[in-house]
Amino acid sequence: MLERTGVPVKEQLDRVQPPPGHEGPMAVIECFQEIPCNPCSEACTRGAIASFTDINNPPVLIREKCNGCGNCMFRCPGLAIFVIDESYSDTETLVKIPYEYLPLPEEGTPVTALDREGKPVGLARVIKVQQGKAMDRTAIIWLAVPKGLGMTVRSIQVGR
Amino acid sequence: MTETEILVIGGGPAGLRAAAAAGELGAQVLVIEEMDWLGGQLVKQTHKFFGSKEQYASRRGIDIARILAGELENHDRVTVWTGAPVLGIYEDGMVTAQKDNRHVKIKPQRIIVATGAAEKVLPFPNNDLPGVYGAGAVQTLMNLHGVLPGRRVLMVGAGNIGLIVSYQLLQAGVEVAAVIEGAAHIGGYLVHAAKIRRAGVPILTRHTIKEAQGREVVEGAVIQQLDENWQPVPGTEQQLEVDVICLAVGLTPLADLLWQAGCEMRFIPELGGHVPYRNRLLETTRPGIYVAGDVAGVEEASAAMVEGRLAGLAAARSLGYGGPEAEAYLEDALRQLHALRSGPAGEKIRRGLEKLETMEGVPC
Ligand SMILES: Cc1cc2nc3c(=O)[nH]c(=O)nc-3n(C[C@H](O)[C@H](O)[C@H](O)COP(=O)(O)OP(=O)(O)OC[C@H]3O[C@@H](n4cnc5c(N)ncnc54)[C@H](O)[C@@H]3O)c2cc1C
Ligand code: SF4
Ligand code: SF4
Repeated sequence: MLERTGVPVKEQLDRVQPPPGHEGPMAVIECFQEIPCNPCSEACTRGAIASFTDINNPPVLIREKCNGCGNCMFRCPGLAIFVIDESYSDTETLVKIPYEYLPLPEEGTPVTALDREGKPVGLARVIKVQQGKAMDRTAIIWLAVPKGLGMTVRSIQVGR
Repeated sequence: MTETEILVIGGGPAGLRAAAAAGELGAQVLVIEEMDWLGGQLVKQTHKFFGSKEQYASRRGIDIARILAGELENHDRVTVWTGAPVLGIYEDGMVTAQKDNRHVKIKPQRIIVATGAAEKVLPFPNNDLPGVYGAGAVQTLMNLHGVLPGRRVLMVGAGNIGLIVSYQLLQAGVEVAAVIEGAAHIGGYLVHAAKIRRAGVPILTRHTIKEAQGREVVEGAVIQQLDENWQPVPGTEQQLEVDVICLAVGLTPLADLLWQAGCEMRFIPELGGHVPYRNRLLETTRPGIYVAGDVAGVEEASAAMVEGRLAGLAAARSLGYGGPEAEAYLEDALRQLHALRSGPAGEKIRRGLEKLETMEGVPC
């Protein structure tokens, strides 16, 4: 389980994945422990992450309000928020991941997609490398991954 | 001899916040820091911090250090000495320090000790080989001096420090062979653990290091599984090829000055070792000496900053500074501390503080 391995289990992930058939991008918040932290909720100007009555509460996404903008992603010190869009295309799902390694991948190139244990699970296409001052050196990488891997791909290997 | 109303010893988050708060109320403050720079542990923390806005959550530790040091620049009542270790606090209230290679005396009316914590070590065969580092040393090498500690690391300890330093090593391009942890569970925040897991680093709970290998320097390590009673399980040894063994097995308060000053101390494992007894406003049993931050109990920068503010306000108020607003500031700081510690992550700290309050623990 998560406390032993550092990898969330299926039941936890099932609770946070976008509802089947959802159109458009939506945040997936993989933060399951009560820790004193709340910037995600403050980052979301749409009020899609319910404000915390207690700073130790785990975040709760109000799905109807989330448009997948990703503003919460780079404010999360746990790098625990991802955005996925199952409706991206007929064959691919869009996955946005926070990324703090160098070199950054190049837009348009294929990279090895990794799962939550760092195991290669296929190829991803880098759609966009989003950076900005407000993001404070956390890049957001937009990846097109094969359909079915939206809830699997959580990192990439660049080069090598 | 230098006179000051309030002397703050240590320029980490606790000390810097203490100085800013006391200065804000009108007190005259001198901060003395041993290193040539301010910020304490924060100057090595390149990751974004937890907490809430009041404690600069989602800012990187290095930037929080800059913000806190910057807050003092505009204070005409706050003086800062860097590169000046404090050497002693004496019976008559005099304090000595080394400054510009000279021995200097300071006569403060109040003292806030914010000296932080020191790393613990772990006994195992060959732990004196070059290549066995504390996590703090690895961070100093890497993040202050830009020097890689080695090529492949075994991290011992899966608390927040072990997890975060592993992440920083990966960012620097160093391979992390594994993170091992004696307990059954990962002690640090699970989102930190997830970051290094998806980078391919295994975390092995109920594992310990049996020995370091190598003749002149570390060339490998043998790790071994532990059973529920923390006893090594024979036949589970694994050899890892690593050139660095990094120990992240906890911190203990750097309380020498408090001992010397005659503050009543208690051994409270939950707080990292010997800590001073103190009241709600962080004044120790020696009147006029306050504590804040990791030296009062190993915790987090977020709590250290709030404790610093609390001690700074309390010390200034005891000198007659601050009107009714000081009262409100104090209450607000106490509220923030309570909130930070109220969840499961603060359980150990709460238990430790409770022991201290009831004067349980081993008296000294
Ligand atoms: C790897 C790592 C990651 C961390 N990550 C986080 C995090 O994400 N979030 C978080 O909230 N906290 C984090 N922390 C914890 C945080 O850094 C500490 O809790 C915090 O720095 C404690 O502040 P302090 O002011 O009490 O002590 P310190 O930061 O240790 O500062 C003490 C200062 O006192 C000085 N000093 C000591 N003795 C003397 C003397 N005799 N004379 C003069 N000066 C002296 C020292 O040089 C030092 O500058 C992390 C710690 C580590 C090691
Ligand atoms: S993705 Fe945008 S809308 Fe959705 S929770 Fe994050 S900040 Fe709010
Ligand atoms: S900011 Fe990230 S780590 Fe903090 S509570 Fe929100 S999701 Fe969890």
